[in-house]
Amino acid sequence: MAEVGAARMRTNAGPGRLLIAVYLLFAIAATSRAGLQIATRFDEAPLAYLLSALAAVVYIVAAAGLARAGHAGRRVALACCAVELVGVLGVGAFSLARPDLFPDETVWSGFGSGYGYIPLVLPVLGLAWLWKTR
Amino acid sequence: MDPVTAAPATGSPVDGGLAVAAIVLSLLVAGWALVATLRHRPPDRVQLIGLAVLELLLLALAVVAAVALGGGERPGEPGTFFGYLVTLICLPPLAAVLARMEPTRWGSAIVCAVCLVTPVVVVRLQQTWEVLGG
Repeated sequence: MAEVGAARMRTNAGPGRLLIAVYLLFAIAATSRAGLQIATRFDEAPLAYLLSALAAVVYIVAAAGLARAGHAGRRVALACCAVELVGVLGVGAFSLARPDLFPDETVWSGFGSGYGYIPLVLPVLGLAWLWKTR
Repeated sequence: MDPVTAAPATGSPVDGGLAVAAIVLSLLVAGWALVATLRHRPPDRVQLIGLAVLELLLLALAVVAAVALGGGERPGEPGTFFGYLVTLICLPPLAAVLARMEPTRWGSAIVCAVCLVTPVVVVRLQQTWEVLGG
């Protein structure tokens, strides 16, 4: 089992490195957005800003998980991609159905429309990559 | 010029030829890196030199913004503006480091992705300056 796993492509090489790079970009984007929102106007939309912060943490941990590439790293990345997919679908649907709950945008609002829908595509690519390198 | 964000008469320090040059160069490097990716080529000297020149342009842009700030001008959203400025300056080095770590076609793909994100960040930077003046 271990030898088969070692022979296969690792999650942190090849296309995986591109995936990690994009995850890093989103980690930076989400972290700075959430940090600024929470520091300057937390009272206006606490739920949206806490979700931004959650998204930021998930992106950072996902990038770290993919980069670590070990058994634990894969599990962490898998969990993060799953949380992301649920988050972007859930928040996307909620932000359309109940806009009053989201007075300010998050990374995941409108299925990530503010970020070229990449937040929607990214967890799917992450899961596909984990599946391919399993 | 832009019907949506009619530029204020005073002009924004991040809205001149430097910004246009950075956007054009970034897109050129992205195109070159995309060709390299499709041809299964690792990042070449052209990509790395392109990233270096891009970084110089972005640093010049930051200096111009700093001079304008010293002259008493203020961006519409200062916190967001500085967030984007710092992120912007970190992007080309990030692409270069990751490209050196991944000397395969996927390194070129990373350069392409980062060089597609950079123009977006430049435009967002301009928008965060103009909120007040517009």
